[in-house]
Amino acid sequence: MTETLIPKLADPKQVLTGSSPAADHSEGMSYLEKLPRRLITLYLPLSIILLVLLFPFYWMALTAIKPDEQLLDLERFNPFWTWNPTFKHIYKLLFETYYPLWLWNTMLVAVSATVLSIIASVLAGYAIVRLRYKGAQWVGGAIFLAYLVPPSILFIPLASVVFQYGLFDTPFALILTYPTILIPFSTWLLMGYFKTIPFELEECALIDGASRWQILTKIVLPLSIPGLISAFIFCFTLCWNEFIYALTFLSSTQNKTVPVAIVNEFVDGDIYRWGSLMAGALVGSLPLVILYAFFVEHYVSAMTGAVKE
Amino acid sequence: MTDVAVNSARPSPRSITAWQKLKTNRDWLGFWFMLPAAAFLILFLAYPLGLGVWLSFTDAKIGRSGVFIGVENYEWLWGDSVFWLSVFNTLLYTSVASAVKFAVGLYLALLLNENLPFKAMLRAIVLIPFIVPTVLSAIAFWWIYDAQFSIISWSLRHLGLISGNIDFLGDIWHARWAVIFANIWRGVPFVAITLLAGLQTVSPSLYEAATIDGANRWQIFRYVTYPLLTPIIAVVMTFSVLFTFTDFQLIWVLTRGGPVNATQLMATLSYQRAILGGQLGEGAAISTAMIPFLLAAILISWFGLQRRKWQQGESND
Repeated sequence: MTETLIPKLADPKQVLTGSSPAADHSEGMSYLEKLPRRLITLYLPLSIILLVLLFPFYWMALTAIKPDEQLLDLERFNPFWTWNPTFKHIYKLLFETYYPLWLWNTMLVAVSATVLSIIASVLAGYAIVRLRYKGAQWVGGAIFLAYLVPPSILFIPLASVVFQYGLFDTPFALILTYPTILIPFSTWLLMGYFKTIPFELEECALIDGASRWQILTKIVLPLSIPGLISAFIFCFTLCWNEFIYALTFLSSTQNKTVPVAIVNEFVDGDIYRWGSLMAGALVGSLPLVILYAFFVEHYVSAMTGAVKE
Repeated sequence: MTDVAVNSARPSPRSITAWQKLKTNRDWLGFWFMLPAAAFLILFLAYPLGLGVWLSFTDAKIGRSGVFIGVENYEWLWGDSVFWLSVFNTLLYTSVASAVKFAVGLYLALLLNENLPFKAMLRAIVLIPFIVPTVLSAIAFWWIYDAQFSIISWSLRHLGLISGNIDFLGDIWHARWAVIFANIWRGVPFVAITLLAGLQTVSPSLYEAATIDGANRWQIFRYVTYPLLTPIIAVVMTFSVLFTFTDFQLIWVLTRGGPVNATQLMATLSYQRAILGGQLGEGAAISTAMIPFLLAAILISWFGLQRRKWQQGESND
């Protein structure tokens, strides 16, 4: 039933596979092009771009499993491959540093901030789209503007606010400030989803005596689960990615998040740190890449939803 | 008897409790629904934004709330060559990176829109640089740009193109191009995938009609695809310019603003002065000075690129 009721916002499947009739034009006219020409104009540039886009990850992964002597001797060993991979760097990372703790901090902050933001955004988005209280349009516009305020002009005053509230160097400093980045985005995204739910459904429920709260939890939310997933994973990614607030508001080693900890705790001018540094970057990216692999379509939908009006 | 029935079924206005009012009046209900989001945004966004502007007019330092000193911070910045260098760097960084991101992103979107084998997988792979946290991929770039062990220097040396290693992050212009390249690398997937979503809304019959009329590939792109794409380009580029202009992470990981402030952006400079140097007021003044640039960037990309809605088949407004 949900499929028929909700025309997909940006139809992420279509963006990924191009299976809709509108996207199939290439199939319709591509017979006009011969293979050699396609090789030069299509496959060659595409593979160069893909190579450049993926090379840093290959390099990251390779460095993480190379033995130290091979990392630093480029003349005797071919730098592009290794025949004796080692898990020494990853082992060292996981058992001799605070890395698991940092991962846990990042996870805790990301999940709490995301959950808080989604709850606030669902309520706000529903109220703006469906309650249409006085001035709802203006509030919607203001939220879009809030989306355009970048963290790098806010971190200085926020640092003093965080200090005043006594949150400095606690996870709450991040859990409470990240929603300012996430709420505008997810409210905007969810407003788009809520608009696609037929109003008649809500009218029926109102006539049957449902309260607004019941309508929200029993009708609107179940129908917007794809939107909620998109908002959730995108917010989670943004939290995991956030750097400047975490850098400014946290000071003790045990409280840091992965990005900040890697930059501050691993960089001490020691050239033998490269292996563990890359291992740290690799392990820190994996949770997001795995999440991404499972929810590609939702990511695309969140991204395209974000730039849609 | 009838009175009682009527009364119980329909309570008189006076007996409406506050709770019932709250449940039915949409303005009140709207207020309660908005409360959590509004609380966050006012406490941690609107208030700090105002506070930042106020701080820029004070001589606040870390651990000491300042007193009002008028525009002294701005006067000091006006005569500060490092500040002007950071403005120049920021403008260079933003304009070059955004222009290339747009060109490569659009090109990649057009390529991905073709009929390809493993289409879905290719498109999913393209997005990976966008998913991986910027700091972590910046660290990979840091290693790639290493002065001694750079793989780029190694490859070029073995191809016989250069004789010595390139000092990517130690030389002024090398460092600038290096951070710009890393920023482009990070931003292209976002531009490409969002523009691809826009490309797929273009009806194939338009391409067929243009082909029958004898248009070549460039003409099809210039007179069919591009005009239909301008609204989404405007939005995507607004975001892209905004986030490039305020970039902090990439620079901080790769160069921390060095060598000799050659890659110092306004964001990194304000961090250095305010948090590391303790001069909150001065740092806040640098942040506040970014606002007019941001507004200008938003307005230019928004109004400059946005076309009227009739091009999308909607009524004009």
